Amino acid sequence: MSLLRVQGLTAGYGGAPVLSDVDFEVRAGTVLAVLGANGAGKTTLLRSVSGLLKPTAGTVSFDGCDLRGVRVEHLVRRGLAHVPEGRGIVAELTVAENLRLGGLWRADRDAVRADLDEVYGLFPALAARRGHAGHQLSGGERQMLALGRALMARPRLLLVDEPSLGLAPKAVAQVMAILRHLRDTTGLAVLLVEQNVRSALAVADEAVVLALGRIAAAGPAAALRDDTALRHAYLGF
Amino acid sequence: MERWLFLTTDGLSKGAVYAAFALAIVLIWRATRIVNFAQGAMAVAAVYVAYSVTAATGSYWLGFAAAVLSGLVLGAVVERVVMRFVEHAPPLNAVIVALGLVLLVQAVLGSIYGNEYRPVGTPVSRTGLSVGGVSLLSAYDLLVFGAVGLVVAGLALLFTRTPVGLRMRASAFAPEVSRLLGVNVAGMLTLGWALASAVGALAGLLVIPTELGLHPNAMDLVFVSSFTAAVVGGLDSPVGAVVGGLAVGLVLSYVAGYLSADVTPLAALVLLLAVLLVRPGGLFATTATRRV
Repeated sequence: MSLLRVQGLTAGYGGAPVLSDVDFEVRAGTVLAVLGANGAGKTTLLRSVSGLLKPTAGTVSFDGCDLRGVRVEHLVRRGLAHVPEGRGIVAELTVAENLRLGGLWRADRDAVRADLDEVYGLFPALAARRGHAGHQLSGGERQMLALGRALMARPRLLLVDEPSLGLAPKAVAQVMAILRHLRDTTGLAVLLVEQNVRSALAVADEAVVLALGRIAAAGPAAALRDDTALRHAYLGF
Repeated sequence: MERWLFLTTDGLSKGAVYAAFALAIVLIWRATRIVNFAQGAMAVAAVYVAYSVTAATGSYWLGFAAAVLSGLVLGAVVERVVMRFVEHAPPLNAVIVALGLVLLVQAVLGSIYGNEYRPVGTPVSRTGLSVGGVSLLSAYDLLVFGAVGLVVAGLALLFTRTPVGLRMRASAFAPEVSRLLGVNVAGMLTLGWALASAVGALAGLLVIPTELGLHPNAMDLVFVSSFTAAVVGGLDSPVGAVVGGLAVGLVLSYVAGYLSADVTPLAALVLLLAVLLVRPGGLFATTATRRV
């Protein structure tokens, strides 16, 4: 069943719309990759889904519930976590504080502690650096921290914006492996925005290609991977 | 030597108040990137509340509690009603609005209470205890140190040890990310203004009886000294505000004692220039770069 449904989404920053009439859905327990070049509207798409940007038209519904009028800070309580572009960690806080922040709204303190152990298990690099400030971490570690912190909310849907940006290939592979692992073991759904097409298609179940703010192609990830004409036209490989 | 001891204790006592007031400036700066130029006027308003409550009840401590409470409320109201609309505007807007607030508060206080200095009592003696013939710390100085010490320790605990403190720090450093993590950032801003304003009210309560008395402009010079202290300390650093406050208190006390009381405003300026020339970010500026 579809966990996130986006219909007729149009959004922008005052001038011409950056996104026009975008439709897609993310089914529970699957990874949907949103691919596209710089400026295609990928980040705008995520920001409109999580309400950081108010869409000018269209609807976003999560788990059957319209997200219009839901405050941004309440999304995480409903099970939707957004890992913003540029590894939005709080650089001035320590690793441990960043992670605590991720689960701070939860009342089930024992479960939060268990989840914290789980996150440290998933990202051993973070466990070793829990007392370090965010700005002392490497790019890969920051991405791990941003992901780990989002997981502290026990989300059902994770929005991830360009996790591979500026990371070494090995770190990219690690991030993708963790997303795949989470989908397979916990049933987490992921809306993954990526420029790194190969990595994204390797983990995604389905994909949409965004070009100039419109959906140019959509389908199973494997089909997109095999469609040579499409790859040449939009994905550059 | 005796003179030096006297000037030092007197300077530290004044410095403790500057430290508290500078801390209030830093709290708001960290959260909103606004220098609250209205903080002096807001603190005076709270002290007038204390004055009225004490006059009506005869209890200094009831007035004290009323002032801190009205500081909290005033801070929250100012943030919700006025500052919320300039928090994301160009910095000059907030400065102009704050200055407008100063005029408004001072005019209202003047029309209610009149523009004369009113003597304010203290709960304990301000006469220095004599140690070996030298007049040193008074009971009131000890009260000032105790109160400021408690506030500083309390705020430090609040910010580093409690969930609310973590939320407030996160909101100040990364508001958008904090919202995505479920933090009510707007509420944290209001709370920050309320706390800062209450700390400012406390500083006003402590310092006004030691100066000319209560007057709508009574905190103007204290604001200048405390703002100097906050900038010397780095504006972003609570520790810097406390150290800066004590340093400014000492410098002003020595200058007044050894040179002349007339040049103390100049001394504050010289201190400010000297520190900014050597360390443009202030003494305790963090080296971490801030993402914008």
